[in-house]
Amino acid sequence: MIQIGEILIGLLVLSGALISALSAFGLIRLPDVYLRSHAATKSATLGVLFILVGAFLYFAFFLEHVSAKLLLGIVFVFITAPVAGHLNGRAAYRSGVPMWERSVQDDLAKDLKKKESK
Amino acid sequence: MALQILLNLAIAFVWMFLYNDFSAPRFTVGYLLGIICIGLLSRFWPHDFYMRRLWAVVKLLVLFTKELIISSFLVIMQIIRPRLAVRPGIFALETELKSDWEITVLSCLICLTPGTLTLDVARDGQTLYIHAMDIEDVNELSKQIKGTFERAIMEVTRS
Repeated sequence: MIQIGEILIGLLVLSGALISALSAFGLIRLPDVYLRSHAATKSATLGVLFILVGAFLYFAFFLEHVSAKLLLGIVFVFITAPVAGHLNGRAAYRSGVPMWERSVQDDLAKDLKKKESK
Repeated sequence: MALQILLNLAIAFVWMFLYNDFSAPRFTVGYLLGIICIGLLSRFWPHDFYMRRLWAVVKLLVLFTKELIISSFLVIMQIIRPRLAVRPGIFALETELKSDWEITVLSCLICLTPGTLTLDVARDGQTLYIHAMDIEDVNELSKQIKGTFERAIMEVTRS
């Protein structure tokens, strides 16, 4: 039982760290702000969540202490990360950061122009 | 819905007073009894039974977690692929949802789905502008996904 717990916690923390590292790699690799914020919102959130869940399970199994603060942290990260991604993208778009040149479609620019000409 | 929860709490407190025992187990038993009573009498209420809505909330949370895990693995796959094969783009999506609360939840869900990110919400609150990582297949696929999301949200807010 204890060994299963150890393996599970180890896997959780390890995969969380791996996902965080990969999303940091994505920040370097991807070409424009919007694609980077894809990497930053999703993968980084999942990495942090995995690490926090691992820590929570460690405290619960081995120290027999149910840490409500870690649970709250999980909930808060879960709620705020997509909003932060959205606001970053919106602010970048509104201040005219160009998209990658191989982007295909841009409905928002069309609609904004239509509104201005009205 | 709030009224039903209040009534349920009242039933639990009455149960505790009947036993003159103010402990958490007694409260739990009273609350469960209240759920059964309200469920049996649910046809006298103008609204639906509130546990059904709670169940819809739970389903929405499960959906949220599932989408988060799927989407981050898709994004990681794109990152570690040797040649970058993404075709990003922004597309507009009409939504049927009305209130601010529903639209906020929908855009949070979209931010966490495979390869989509909400960029802007139009002023009338009916159009969402979404930046997609791979627009070719996403344009069809996301409509389908958003069908399930919108339905799940609607089940919570209007039932």
